Amino acid sequence: METIELKINGRKRTLHCLPNATLVEVLRDQLHLTGTHVGCDTTQCGACTIHVDGCAVKACTVLAVRSDGSDVMTIEGLAENEASHPMQEAFKACHGLQCGFCTPGMIMSAVDLVNKGCALEPSAIREALSGNICRCTGYQNIVAAVMQGASEMQEQSS
Amino acid sequence: MSGSLIGKRVLRKEDHRFVSGKGRYTDDIQLVGVTYAAFVRSPYARADIKSFDVSEALAAPGVIAVLTGEEVVKDGLGGLPCGWMIHSKDGSEMRQPHHPVLAADRVNYLGEPVALVIAETQLEAKNAAEMVMVDFEPLTAVVNPATASQAETLYEAVPNNVCYEWELGDEAATDAGLAAAAHITTLQLTNNRLIPNAIEPRAALAEYNSGTDEIILHTTSQNPHLVRLIMTAFVQIAPEHKLRVIAPDVGGGFGSKIFIYSEETALAWAAKKLGLTIKWTAERSESFLTDAHGRDHVSEAQLALSAEGEFLALKVKTIANMGAYLSTFASAVPTYLYGTLLAGQYRTPAIYVEVDSVFTNTAPVDAYRGAGRPEATYLVERIVEKAAAEMGLDPAELRRRNFIGRDQFPYQTPVALEYDTGDYEASLSKALEMADYDTFATRQAEAASRGKLRGIGLSCYIEACGLAPSQVAGALGAGVGLWESGEVRVNPTGSVTVLTGSHSHGQGHETTFAQLVADRLGLPIEDVEVVHGDTGKLDFGLGTYGSRSLAVGGSALSVAADKVVEKGRKIAAHLLRTDVDNIDFDAPVFKMLDSNESKTFQEIAFAAYVNHDYPSDELEPGLAEKAFYDPLNFTYPAGTHICEVEIDPDTGVVEVVQFVAVDDFGTIINPMIVEGQVHGGLAQGIGQALLEQAVYDDTGQLITGSYMDYCMPRADNFPDFKVGMTCTPCTHNPVGAKGCGEAGAIGSPPAVMNAITHALGGIEVDMPATSEKVWRAVQTMRTLKTA
Ligand code: FES
Ligand code: FES
Repeated sequence: METIELKINGRKRTLHCLPNATLVEVLRDQLHLTGTHVGCDTTQCGACTIHVDGCAVKACTVLAVRSDGSDVMTIEGLAENEASHPMQEAFKACHGLQCGFCTPGMIMSAVDLVNKGCALEPSAIREALSGNICRCTGYQNIVAAVMQGASEMQEQSS
Repeated sequence: MSGSLIGKRVLRKEDHRFVSGKGRYTDDIQLVGVTYAAFVRSPYARADIKSFDVSEALAAPGVIAVLTGEEVVKDGLGGLPCGWMIHSKDGSEMRQPHHPVLAADRVNYLGEPVALVIAETQLEAKNAAEMVMVDFEPLTAVVNPATASQAETLYEAVPNNVCYEWELGDEAATDAGLAAAAHITTLQLTNNRLIPNAIEPRAALAEYNSGTDEIILHTTSQNPHLVRLIMTAFVQIAPEHKLRVIAPDVGGGFGSKIFIYSEETALAWAAKKLGLTIKWTAERSESFLTDAHGRDHVSEAQLALSAEGEFLALKVKTIANMGAYLSTFASAVPTYLYGTLLAGQYRTPAIYVEVDSVFTNTAPVDAYRGAGRPEATYLVERIVEKAAAEMGLDPAELRRRNFIGRDQFPYQTPVALEYDTGDYEASLSKALEMADYDTFATRQAEAASRGKLRGIGLSCYIEACGLAPSQVAGALGAGVGLWESGEVRVNPTGSVTVLTGSHSHGQGHETTFAQLVADRLGLPIEDVEVVHGDTGKLDFGLGTYGSRSLAVGGSALSVAADKVVEKGRKIAAHLLRTDVDNIDFDAPVFKMLDSNESKTFQEIAFAAYVNHDYPSDELEPGLAEKAFYDPLNFTYPAGTHICEVEIDPDTGVVEVVQFVAVDDFGTIINPMIVEGQVHGGLAQGIGQALLEQAVYDDTGQLITGSYMDYCMPRADNFPDFKVGMTCTPCTHNPVGAKGCGEAGAIGSPPAVMNAITHALGGIEVDMPATSEKVWRAVQTMRTLKTA
């Protein structure tokens, strides 16, 4: 067992895990943060996307021990003070989800692409989201949601 | 107030939990004392099992038990049955090989489970599964459906590997039509095998309570009652009342979570046998190997036309791959969900179809979004478009000449169905307009100036949904009636709990069904809560598939809501000391005629539970009503899809540059949700046309066993879809709804492929139209041009 320290959704945690445990396993099984999902075994679907030190990362592909000392944010930590994040609101408003399984990963990727200054036009968003698979929505409403969520994020920060 | 919520873009009630990470999918459920299962699977497509040696695995750290196919035999478990009996032309029953929960002596497809290991942790279970020694003796596998009937026989009881040889229609009349034709168009095609790929993998969590002898199985199911019925009545792991099946939040299904699989069944059995709580979640590679695949047809067809382009006859011969075993509904898919749809939107007077279903050493094949209807539509709409090209007719015009007219309903087709209503011309003309069909030549010329080949393709699809009128289904071989149950339970304060046998795994029932009931009763939608997916809470239900939820499950709720109103009128009459005929329900108020007196819905609800002066022989307390709704006919959603593609001749890359879908789903409760269903279906249909294909090699190894090899549609594969609606309400259900879940996947593949064929000047490629295939076709086209 290894001991690691992480800041998770703003709170410091000390954890014990196997050296081969992935970050998503620790989040789901030890911390019961089950909003981060696992949809594949080849780093292809993006259902597990979270933020580590402010950047979108596929949590199925990071060993927990490698993130020792990191600041981790999952979908559960995105909303501040119980109010939804504008990207979460936009996904609801634009019907950007159906079964909801890909949704936490999509939202975490979407917030990241806005933070990174991705051009806010459909073709750029489609390309930026191509690491996240959704089998339900056909992506159209996800793209609309990201456009709307992005402009609200920008408004809030200005 | 009634009518005020129908047709409104109400935002989804379920979304808050999903966007905040609070969804509760099977693998999210954490139970104290849980153990984990891992399956041992066949590495061969076909092999004899000589022996099992579990000693090393049993000695591995954390291992609690190892169960093999031998224990399944010892415990006398039944096989996994297929629920639909098909008869061959000669009247004989279809052949059904025994489908074991775990194989004991022979494996018949790659990944077939032969044992499961249960351990304290998931990692320990997976490690120990590698230590189970199974002595396999590999046998030659039969993989290709087209030649399976001439290959080595796989099961003694299934001569020539043929499940059935089915036919529908009038062969003599069809041959006469072909003989009288001025023109005959022929077509050979394959409908590519697909892997459903719901993003949540299958999972199960089985707990056993020895105190009550009850098993609770949480699982990724589209129809938990069917899971319970089959596991208890057929596999016989427990009495039906001692198994509760809960399908919590489910991350997509598309058909693949209808079926009763080995893994979930084995888990429930093992939980009881060992007195444990056991969890299993499929890895994606297990999903690729063992989720029932879809499509996989090889067909040839002839369409007979008069000199004026009138369809005279259609003759079709199809070979359908069933895989290694008959999955739950597999036998019905290439027959009653396929052959019956070959009339399409047309008046073709004579149709004859033969379907040979064969077994191969591949994963079982069953219903996948559309199930049979995409295969029928693909064939009909490809051959119609080809006929138009051959006869020099505009493809829209050729279709128009053959449409069933809007005044010809109800319309009896030569392939068993009676369409209740439709207006095919309306969808076609709206789609042509939205697609700027008339100005295509301009866009084509502009594309040519950039060196691109641009093509346009149409598809006018029809499907039969709302499964199913039980009498008809029963006569056709269905093992169960296909009604649906619903309950409207009014609570004493006037809020309402709606219980439905339908299941939502993305479709938004918690919103649409609440809208429907809130509208009928005149209540705010916040006051209506929908409960689904738990055999412990609901009456028997048949679940969600075949776009049936609103048309059948919604109709049950509509009838139940009407019964609530009737009961409410009686209560109001009692309270107002008048005759029930004097009470009118003007949602949400019960009014006494010719007076100012009335009772609100809340007053009636409260009175229903708290009053103590009911005339007990006339009026029972309480306000909760149930309905079991059995549809009178199928419903027939239909529409026109138009696709425009551009091909880069140097690379063969196909880009969908415009896609128009105009659909007639009858009455729409929530257009936002319906459009979302269309978008999702289109992505799967276009995915089939351009990207997706399950490939086995000659030995039955799956080449496309991960997202690295199986090409999933991603956001950058599509343009924004243009979606439009027309409406002819269903004539025989109280909601007027026809179903919208599958249309996108049904209508789009032929539209895409017709557009590609058009761009390639008539050269045909099979789905998926990968850049390699298209590039080769471009080379052929160039050779033909210069020759
Ligand atoms: S689970 Fe699929 S990318 Fe991480
Ligand atoms: S909403 Fe179901 S996978 Fe995206």
